[in-house]
Amino acid sequence: MNASRTLATAVRVLRQLRHDPRTIALMLVVPCVLIALLRYVFDATPRTFDATGASLLGIFPLVTMFLVTSIATLRERTSGTLERLLAMPLGKGDLIGGYALAFGLLAILQSALATALSVWVLGLDVTGSPWLLLLVALLDALLGTALGLFVSAFAASEFQAVQFMPAVIVPQLLLCGLFAPRDTMQPVLKAVSDVLPMSYAVDGMNQVLRHTSVTGDFVRDAVIVSGCAVLVLALGAATLRRRTA
Amino acid sequence: MMNNQGSERSQVPPGAAPAVRAQGLSVVRGSRTVLDGLDFDIPRGRITGLLGPSGCGKSTLMRSVVGTQAKVTGTLEVLGRPAGSAGLRSRIGYVTQNPSVYDDLTVRQNLEYFATVLTPGRAAARDRRDNVTRAIEDVDLTGHADALAGNLSGGQRSRVSLAVALLGTPELLVLDEPTVGLDPVLRRDLWSLFGRIAAERGATLLVSSHVMDEAERCSRLLLMREGRILADGSPDELRARTDSATVEDAFLHLVDDARARVATRADSPEESA
Repeated sequence: MNASRTLATAVRVLRQLRHDPRTIALMLVVPCVLIALLRYVFDATPRTFDATGASLLGIFPLVTMFLVTSIATLRERTSGTLERLLAMPLGKGDLIGGYALAFGLLAILQSALATALSVWVLGLDVTGSPWLLLLVALLDALLGTALGLFVSAFAASEFQAVQFMPAVIVPQLLLCGLFAPRDTMQPVLKAVSDVLPMSYAVDGMNQVLRHTSVTGDFVRDAVIVSGCAVLVLALGAATLRRRTA
Repeated sequence: MMNNQGSERSQVPPGAAPAVRAQGLSVVRGSRTVLDGLDFDIPRGRITGLLGPSGCGKSTLMRSVVGTQAKVTGTLEVLGRPAGSAGLRSRIGYVTQNPSVYDDLTVRQNLEYFATVLTPGRAAARDRRDNVTRAIEDVDLTGHADALAGNLSGGQRSRVSLAVALLGTPELLVLDEPTVGLDPVLRRDLWSLFGRIAAERGATLLVSSHVMDEAERCSRLLLMREGRILADGSPDELRARTDSATVEDAFLHLVDDARARVATRADSPEESA
């Protein structure tokens, strides 16, 4: 890997986005609107908003980055720029690192906006530090980037790529503890939810919600989410082939 | 009759190893043999044209040379190393048939990014800027440097793609149909640019085309058909050998000859006319 090439790739991805202001606006505004919507849906039960809202702050960056990365990488593959880059002296790590850096930056911005709105305007009651919420959100975004990069290798078109969203993300959403506590789930489902990374992303958010200090469970959650992100990024790198049929 | 190694070899300065040397080069895609045991050399410092109808394997041959083609068998040496070696990546410029640039970046932003991939680091910043400006001038897009690539015409976009390959003064340029869809003036300008790159920068060019009149611009031709090399020589040689007025006629003559031989072998001499 080469820092200058990685950085140049990140700058290039951000420059591409800058020519597409509507996408940036959607990425930043939609999570805020949804969290505000949620606040008024649970107007009568603020405790429910606290739990669901915190979980969603972890889920938004994951979903958004998953979608953006899978489409961006797919476009890179179909436009021939990936083949060109891999025929040049660019390391696979430079490319993946560049994407992770660019989208990570965007995720920080997105999470900061959504978290600030939730805590200061919508009255989300967080016991721990909002900075920890932001940290988990960033790790979730990296996980989303990693998953998006990985699945884009199996999508031949944009149609297929967006269908991976319900296929890869929604099962995790159902099993992550947002709809029913994971401990009360049927044992097989509980076991499945134990190996899905989003469960830990949501649990990390809830740890910050309930505890003033950094708990052992929080550290475990953060380590698992980052470990999964790194593992999936490595798998994603393996799908980038310099030689193709 | 028309063998791959003609008298051409004698024109290469003695001691100069060819830029590309292929022996028994084959490529299989799926169940189809796209390239079938090719033997050829591409001399250094000159323009070699790769001509043949669409689907004859030109792009696959070029991808093999660049090192992006999977399932290549046989020997293929590029600039003295096995094709696809990591050390070759900065020495080869490659332009795919469809322009491969970022539509949502300007011409200059595209080139700046690819220039950094080629020569990273702050120390090379001035070189990169000069390279980018020169490449844009080379393809005559100075007036469009700050336009989004996606807003350019098809011909302009393929010139952006070409400019990327010209960054960093590559020793070998592999250009897959670089003049398709361009008007005659631009085609002439680009071919004189190719000539200058070979003459002044000493680069080797491998240029594919299915337009036979472009063959006259090349110092040497590889005529391909159905995954095989039909003939190999300078345009003059090919015309003389086949007693034809143009390269197109020479090509047709060679195809007819090849068919006739197949027909004779199949014991149906009446088809050989």
